[in-house]
Amino acid sequence: MSNDNIRDKTAIVGVGCSHFGENWDKAPEDMIVEAAYEAYADAGIDDPQTQIEAVFCGSVYPSRGTGEVAESLKLFGKPVSLVQNYCASGTDAFRFGVFAVAAGMYETVLVVGFDKPKDRGVSGPSVFLTGVRDLPATPAGWFSLCAARYFDKYGAGREDLAKIAVKNHHNGTLAPKSMLKREISIDDVLSARIISWPFGLYDCAAQSDGAAAVVLTRADCARRFRDDPVLVKAVGIAMAPNPQTDPTFDFLRWKPTVYAAEQVYAQAGITDPFKEIDVAQLHDCFTMTELLTYEDIGLCEKGAAKEHIASGTFALDGELPVNTDGGLKTFGHPTGATGVRMLYENTLQLQNRAGPRQVPNATTALSHNIGGAPQVCGMAILSTN
Amino acid sequence: MSEKQIGIAAWGTYVPATRLPFALIGGHAPKDGGPERSVAAYDEDAITMAVEAARRALANHAVHASKSGEVSTSLYFASTTNPYAEKLGAAVIAKALDLPRTTRTADFGGSLRCGTTALLAAVDAVAAGSVERAVVVAADCRLAPPRSALERNFGDAAVAFVVTGAGASAILDAQTSINNEMLDVWRTADDRFVRSWEDRFVTQHGYGDTVPEVVAQLLDGASVDVASIAHVALYAPDARSHASMAAQVGVSADNLVDPLFGRVGNCGAAFAPLLLAAGLEAAAAGERVASVSYGDGADATVWTVTKSAAVAPNLQEQLSNRRAVRSYDSYLASRRLVETGVDSRAGTGIAATTHWRDRDEDISFRGERCRRCGTYHFPAQRVCYGCAAKDDFESVALSHRSGKLLSYTFDNFFPTPEPPLVAGMVEINGGCRVYLQLCDVDPKQVRCDLPLRFVFRKIHEAGAKPNYFWKAQPTQSE
Repeated sequence: MSNDNIRDKTAIVGVGCSHFGENWDKAPEDMIVEAAYEAYADAGIDDPQTQIEAVFCGSVYPSRGTGEVAESLKLFGKPVSLVQNYCASGTDAFRFGVFAVAAGMYETVLVVGFDKPKDRGVSGPSVFLTGVRDLPATPAGWFSLCAARYFDKYGAGREDLAKIAVKNHHNGTLAPKSMLKREISIDDVLSARIISWPFGLYDCAAQSDGAAAVVLTRADCARRFRDDPVLVKAVGIAMAPNPQTDPTFDFLRWKPTVYAAEQVYAQAGITDPFKEIDVAQLHDCFTMTELLTYEDIGLCEKGAAKEHIASGTFALDGELPVNTDGGLKTFGHPTGATGVRMLYENTLQLQNRAGPRQVPNATTALSHNIGGAPQVCGMAILSTN
Repeated sequence: MSEKQIGIAAWGTYVPATRLPFALIGGHAPKDGGPERSVAAYDEDAITMAVEAARRALANHAVHASKSGEVSTSLYFASTTNPYAEKLGAAVIAKALDLPRTTRTADFGGSLRCGTTALLAAVDAVAAGSVERAVVVAADCRLAPPRSALERNFGDAAVAFVVTGAGASAILDAQTSINNEMLDVWRTADDRFVRSWEDRFVTQHGYGDTVPEVVAQLLDGASVDVASIAHVALYAPDARSHASMAAQVGVSADNLVDPLFGRVGNCGAAFAPLLLAAGLEAAAAGERVASVSYGDGADATVWTVTKSAAVAPNLQEQLSNRRAVRSYDSYLASRRLVETGVDSRAGTGIAATTHWRDRDEDISFRGERCRRCGTYHFPAQRVCYGCAAKDDFESVALSHRSGKLLSYTFDNFFPTPEPPLVAGMVEINGGCRVYLQLCDVDPKQVRCDLPLRFVFRKIHEAGAKPNYFWKAQPTQSE
């Protein structure tokens, strides 16, 4: 395997994103059209039926799957495929697009991530009783399992998590397409009802509807679309054992993230991530997930996250801003859309188009999704260099 | 009666720790020492209580058993509240006890007397030489209308006996039975609650006629005087009839086993057997213990205790290990006697095929160990997590082991009658990790490395049927 084979082969030339939220008045098709046509316009594509040669979709609970995308966009006579890989589905769809273009099969492809959980009639995730083991099967319950041991060992607590929620809520007020645009206080977080200890309501990402899209093309063709294309340095997916059956897990990290980080750093040639990465979108499905990710992707030492949270390292004006648009915390988490929404934000950041939340002089950006129990992680690194 | 000596080798009792103080029913604060009854937790039923009692009896038997290896076994389950009207409760219990497939399983039901009838059937099976040992387990979890007198009268409990020839702790001296047809207490297939006719009629002509008759038969058959029986375990529908019947048949207060009204309650098919176990637990070597049950007739037995009976602290410990339900409403919710936002029985539930494929893991609580690298798995894998060897594992029984809590959460989102639901990763001593729910736990005592044991519980009722799995319970109150 040659890790760097994928580096700089492809480029993002257009991005689009629907409004994320309780989109009662929008079908999945409406959001797909909004995201895709914004990405077309961004790339200067005026004849998508000709210019888009293949479509890669990410969705975890589509109603019809590829049909929703092909029919809504009227893209026929060409491949439309759907990737389902837990919360990393959007990033994995992007990965298929990157590899298909890098292989030389297509010149220009569309990646679409979407999900529509708000048609299910429940405010949180559904409760399924399809097994007797592995219960309670709630995402908050799964992702909280590292907390007790991590807190014991490193002396962190709910207050440290609360600061992450406050930071992301602030950033979300600056993102036009976010769902929640409200500053919150540490007190709000700590006094909210507990969903799954240590996660209170504000430690959890909201449920929302949304779609996001990117137009990918060969790096050597990219300037035909825009003069500021964003190069794909790396995109990786890694599975790890389900933490509930892993015989050796220490419950101080999430293994999928550790594995995926190794992949993408090798692809991108990154050896000192804290220095080389300027902005990051990390999967804050729960505040603790963001905290662990700081350490698991090597932005700081294991156990040191709480000092960096206190000193504001990852705040918008910090050394390495994380979740500049407010993350899953304020956009919600329409599962298949999230990874592509992060590519949208990172592309805007690298093209200096992020408005009041712009990170100055950002040239390299990382995005990260983790999903399942959790057992999969997808990561991507984009750069203008 | 055969010449062969038959007796009870070991027994185990199970009284759920939860109590419903009668004061709570009336909306008052419970007082220390006030009357109460035992109630099964929301995740318990007659089958899970039976499993717990039988595990204790078998563990007590193992303490005495001189020979190892498989012995031919019958398992009889006696209950009027088997969660299944059609499907064998004993089959679930035998599988949860990890008994061999050659175990002869049968359910006894239909009457509050069925516990002692099953015991007599076990005696017959061992006497006939059909099996070397018979495990009899009686459990009941009867439902009465909210705020009714029956609700205060009932209790939930289970008790199990291991019946053998050689090595018995109590030898059967005599037995006798009476059949009596009358409608005094009943429940049709369509009834949710137990019904009964006027108590004075029931007391006089059912209980009042039958019990003196069966006691006379027993004393006559055994050629013993009632005063020579040191412990009389006498069934009664309520405390008042218990006292008057004891006087009528000539049992002195000193020789009467405490019927536990106001503490446990009338635990149905398990009631007479539970009092028998209490008598055996209290008896010294050489003393006699008698049991009298009632229900569509009566069964009576008298036993001579051969050795110091107390094998392990059992019933007395369970009587003192008690905690009140959170509220009367939480008791009602646990029995589905009030509407809640979530219908826990909705949906098609778990595929029967899944239940069947997972039976060794879910019911017997067996994991596996890799023969190449020693890595433990739960559930079973085809390829080893440790060394990637394929299909090279040995099955490992986990239910009797202890464990500790590796990490945990308090889940308020997953629907449960008593939130929060405590769940966590459990490291089983000797190896193997399992993700489990905790039960009978005060959230305040939960911490990393909390010592745990495993108990068989109803995990949910999706598909309108009990779905069983194991939970972890703190080994001691902290």
